[in-house]
Amino acid sequence: MTDDRDENGVADTDAPPHHGAQLVFAVASFGFALFLAANIPWQTEWAKRLDVVRQPAFWPTVAITAMAGFGALELWFCLRRNRERSADGTLGEVRRWLGAAEYVGWFMVYVWLVPQTGYFPTTLVFTGALTLRLGYRSPATLAAALLTGATTVVVFKSFLGVRIPGGAIYEFLPPALRNFMILYL
Amino acid sequence: MDVLFASVDILLRLDVIAALLIGSVGGVIIGAIPGVGPAIAIAILLPVTFALEPIVGLTLLLGIYGSAMFGGAIPAVLINTPGTPVNALTTYDGYPLTRKGEGARALSLAYGASFCGGVFSVVCLMVLAPFLAKVAPLFGSREIFLACLLGMILVVIAHRGQNLAAGALLSFGIFLQTVGLEPVRYSSRFTFGQSWLASGIDLIVVVLGLFAISQALLLLSGRDSGNTAPQVSGGLFRGLREVFRFPRVVLPAASFGTIMGIIPGVGEFTAQFLSYTLAQKTSPAPERFGNGAPEGVIASEAANNAVPAAAMIPLLALGIPGEALTAMMLSVFYVHNVVPGPGLFRDSMDFVLALYLCLLVLNILALGFLMFATKPLLKVIAIPNRFLGMAILTLSFVGVYSLRNSATDCAVAAVFGLLGLVLKRLKLPVVPIILGMVLGRIMEERFRTSLPRIQSPLDWIDRPIAGTIFTMIVLVLVVHIWSLWRARKQGIDTSRGLHERPNGN
Repeated sequence: MTDDRDENGVADTDAPPHHGAQLVFAVASFGFALFLAANIPWQTEWAKRLDVVRQPAFWPTVAITAMAGFGALELWFCLRRNRERSADGTLGEVRRWLGAAEYVGWFMVYVWLVPQTGYFPTTLVFTGALTLRLGYRSPATLAAALLTGATTVVVFKSFLGVRIPGGAIYEFLPPALRNFMILYL
Repeated sequence: MDVLFASVDILLRLDVIAALLIGSVGGVIIGAIPGVGPAIAIAILLPVTFALEPIVGLTLLLGIYGSAMFGGAIPAVLINTPGTPVNALTTYDGYPLTRKGEGARALSLAYGASFCGGVFSVVCLMVLAPFLAKVAPLFGSREIFLACLLGMILVVIAHRGQNLAAGALLSFGIFLQTVGLEPVRYSSRFTFGQSWLASGIDLIVVVLGLFAISQALLLLSGRDSGNTAPQVSGGLFRGLREVFRFPRVVLPAASFGTIMGIIPGVGEFTAQFLSYTLAQKTSPAPERFGNGAPEGVIASEAANNAVPAAAMIPLLALGIPGEALTAMMLSVFYVHNVVPGPGLFRDSMDFVLALYLCLLVLNILALGFLMFATKPLLKVIAIPNRFLGMAILTLSFVGVYSLRNSATDCAVAAVFGLLGLVLKRLKLPVVPIILGMVLGRIMEERFRTSLPRIQSPLDWIDRPIAGTIFTMIVLVLVVHIWSLWRARKQGIDTSRGLHERPNGN
């Protein structure tokens, strides 16, 4: 593992302190717990003539109360921990979290495209394009990416028969090939 | 005896043998690739196994679960990077041995110790089976509710230095399982008027997001580690024999692994930590630990490989998963309408024994495979991190989308992937969320089933097993609070983990 720091000023995979970023997370999670707590009356049912422990709202209330309780204490200790420590790198760390959202975007585009353009062709394009986006330029790596994509489709859809529908684009293929593509690719 | 023959019959089926082979070999390979690990592989394969018979699907998953730690020792020993998080302690002595030119010896010590730990715990499991079959039916709703409560408390306590965060994440997991239609009155809970939330948040979707997609995002947004394929010279059989020269290390380590595996929520890290510490304290040369002591490698590997088989005990006997991987396996049981718990021991002992035998055989297969395939296997260590991230993201799609062909599921998994990334970056644990979801559901069901028989709070604990579990809960809490108080008195900083989990797992 490397201790090198990236362009955001945070360590790559090893245990960085991220004290400031911990605080950001503690505030966000406590805020989320409060938001849920505020919604308990509207998002759960409190039935009449029913004991508290039998109420449909009982378990969510227990869970949210515990979330808020633990969250408040974690926030308090996080503030105490951070009092004497520098928050350097907090922005870089948060930027890194947001930067990862780009790949979520790639994933969702892939998800959206598969039913339109078919599992096999979309996977090949996805693995190839993402490999190029990651900065790999050698033909060997690109070939390995395409092979990974093709193997994934063949193993899961053709061999194990997992349920992934054929692409809409397959409708334009000749009947025999269309059936094959829908069933296996 | 008839039951044993019936279980061997199950095991000799061609599809079960194929699943065992693929699982064992696949598990070793997956374990050897830093950044993948069994949790990710199992998460991706879960939906696939739903289409298989329960014994075939579970054999495949068990193969991966039980053999991944064998493979995880390879990068831990050779490049100082644990293949799976639980191989972290192996780096302490395995890598120094490699630097001294004894990489092959360190690897074979790790393989031998893993084999001993794995076989020891399966034998314990088989010896305990008749006892479990008798005791498990004594667990009613109250006992299972209390056992789940104990499991939750142990999950929080086991994350030492992160208790508050673990508690919050566990509660978040309990909350997640309450979303959707409530099971008795069918009123909606926290659906915010969204129809897709009415059926609740699927455990598999959360698992895939938190384990697979988060790891893909972590790898994709990071940098390549620049690992090169290491070289190993010399035979691998020497260390196998050497392991048996350290029975005073192997046996306690395997025992710790077995005991910690049985206790819900504790798992490999505590077992390794305790066995390593014990081996060091009882060694005639404790100063060698951390500098290439063979006992260190043995203690770590024997302990972590004893856990998978032992972790199946609460799952099979009570239907209570002790950690994330068995929680995932629980969903395979549920999908096939096989309910783990006392009834399984009563009605399908051959099935239970077949699973035990699978665990035994996979240890033999994994060891055999490694003895002859280690050298070609070394190449997988050099696969670039971000390329792996791309592959995991591609595979995650199969896992999530094949569940219900739902783009919404993929979006939910992606959100949990981002959450998992943040947790892993902050070294916060992911597992409590999963256990909160699984144990929370069991607790709510058992709580409601118990209520008609409960007149006063004392009724919860008026039966022998319920009373015993309650006493254990009190003891665990008292000991934990006492240890925190003592640490505070001695001025030890408990605000950070004593043995933080790599990647937050």
